[in-house]
Amino acid sequence: MKIRKSKLAIARLKQYPMWFTIPLGLIFVFLYLVPTVTAFYYSTQRWTLFDTSYVGLDNFSLFFKDPFLLGGIVHTFIYAFLTSGLKVVIGMFFGVVLMSNIKFRSLLRNLVFFPVLVSTIGVGITFQELMKPEVGILDQALHVFGIPQEGLLGNVTTAIYAIVAVDVWKGVGLATVIYIAGMAAIPQEYYEAAKVDGVSTWQNFRHIILPLLRPATNTVIILSLIGGLRSFDLIWAMTGGGPGFASDVLASLIYKKYQSGFYGLSTAGNVVMSLLILILVLPLSRYLTKREVEI
Amino acid sequence: MKKNSPKNWALGLIALAVATVIFVIPFAFIFLTASKGTEQASKLQFDLPKQWHFWTNLVDVFKANDYMIFRAFNNSIWLTVFSVSILVVLAALAAWIIDRRGGRFAKIANFFVLSGLIIPPAVVPTIFLLQSLGIYGSFPSMVLIEVAYGTSFTIMIFRAFISSIPRELDEAAVLDGVNSIQLFFRVIFPLLRSVMITAIILNSVFVFNDFVNPLYFLAGDGTETVQLTLYNFNSQYNTDYNLLFMDILVITVPMVIMFAIFNKRIVAGMTAGAVKG
Repeated sequence: MKIRKSKLAIARLKQYPMWFTIPLGLIFVFLYLVPTVTAFYYSTQRWTLFDTSYVGLDNFSLFFKDPFLLGGIVHTFIYAFLTSGLKVVIGMFFGVVLMSNIKFRSLLRNLVFFPVLVSTIGVGITFQELMKPEVGILDQALHVFGIPQEGLLGNVTTAIYAIVAVDVWKGVGLATVIYIAGMAAIPQEYYEAAKVDGVSTWQNFRHIILPLLRPATNTVIILSLIGGLRSFDLIWAMTGGGPGFASDVLASLIYKKYQSGFYGLSTAGNVVMSLLILILVLPLSRYLTKREVEI
Repeated sequence: MKKNSPKNWALGLIALAVATVIFVIPFAFIFLTASKGTEQASKLQFDLPKQWHFWTNLVDVFKANDYMIFRAFNNSIWLTVFSVSILVVLAALAAWIIDRRGGRFAKIANFFVLSGLIIPPAVVPTIFLLQSLGIYGSFPSMVLIEVAYGTSFTIMIFRAFISSIPRELDEAAVLDGVNSIQLFFRVIFPLLRSVMITAIILNSVFVFNDFVNPLYFLAGDGTETVQLTLYNFNSQYNTDYNLLFMDILVITVPMVIMFAIFNKRIVAGMTAGAVKG
């Protein structure tokens, strides 16, 4: 009996030949995995014009000595946690509103999703001008509340938050769609049972929708956290890390080192960033999946 | 819960007003600036154009830098078409095998998928690898890089969906005597339509709007993507904001067309368990 079973299992596996995964596997291994692993080697090298030489962990100690590194790490965390937190809260709110019986539903959904389609650089340039001191309407609107003279992006304390706001503006549409999909997947019986029990709208949200939306929330948190921790293009387009180094994040510091030709140093920085993201995201994703409720 | 109740109308109008302020004004600014004359545009104010220069600006953007935008569109569109097609077909196939085989194979595959999602790609080693193969800066290598970087995300989307397709379907087909390739392309593939559309839209947006990777990996003349034209405009026409914003408008058009075609199906593809990751 046992033998027959395993024969059946083998026959079944034959139906799903492993080599079907090889084409994509090869591309992934060669262009992603191999560079990721060899990065450890390259991070111990120093480039001169025609040659490389082994310098041990010098690149790492040089990277850690960068006086702007600490600021960069702090900004990276502010950026990643704020954007992902805001996308969860606002995305869920939009999702709930757009799943209700509100009028103009599909028009509203298109409006919210539209920025996702636009190029990040284009969005960055646009908001740069909208926030320009004196002329930009966003700046003028904030003037009413007595907010900084030199504009949001020119101010050392506000620059990073201004970029966070634009990131959320651009990305919240995707979070909203994930929430809408999550809500559409909740079986109707849950609402009906709740209605029979006579629960209030708030209770309905708090005790039924919110727990059942946890998978959607986890997806939004993980995706936007990963995106936020390595985010680069919006920051690059809006401030280039400035004023000074006030909105530099890890990815932009690493890019600047690459740009100046310090390949080993920038690779060491990349290794540090990768480890940092791994240490942060891996346990978080484990913890979050554990808390999911089965529908 | 009537959709036309006064309450739903009122809430809808309020939401529409708020959404207009938040989401429409920036696009109105892009459109208005793109329609202005050079001088008025350089003031960067939010007002109507004194004279509408929409068509002349459009023509200027097309003509700029020896019709560069056409080459850029050509590059970007083919880059998107090739990499997204390769990606969705191969990722669907891989996700199906991983899901159906299960066991240790799936565990190992999962590990790589997750690490691919989390760890940012190492740029410098990739450049050296491509250089040693003599394909650095070439168009096909850029296509393969976009495929490699999209692999994890796309497999993740497909797997959740495929796991909801009953295995009995596979088995019934096998009893009918189809082989594995037929089984996938004739039985499974058609069922993936909705999630396929989601994967196509999201990946197209990523690739078409990708700025960083072409910056690193396409360092040659004649291989500009549309995102890079933005920067050429920005420096070359330092004061010509009307053309810069016209350019933003022009390079958004392909994604808007795609969105208009597939619009209603984005959510459908993400339902069916796809968001569970």
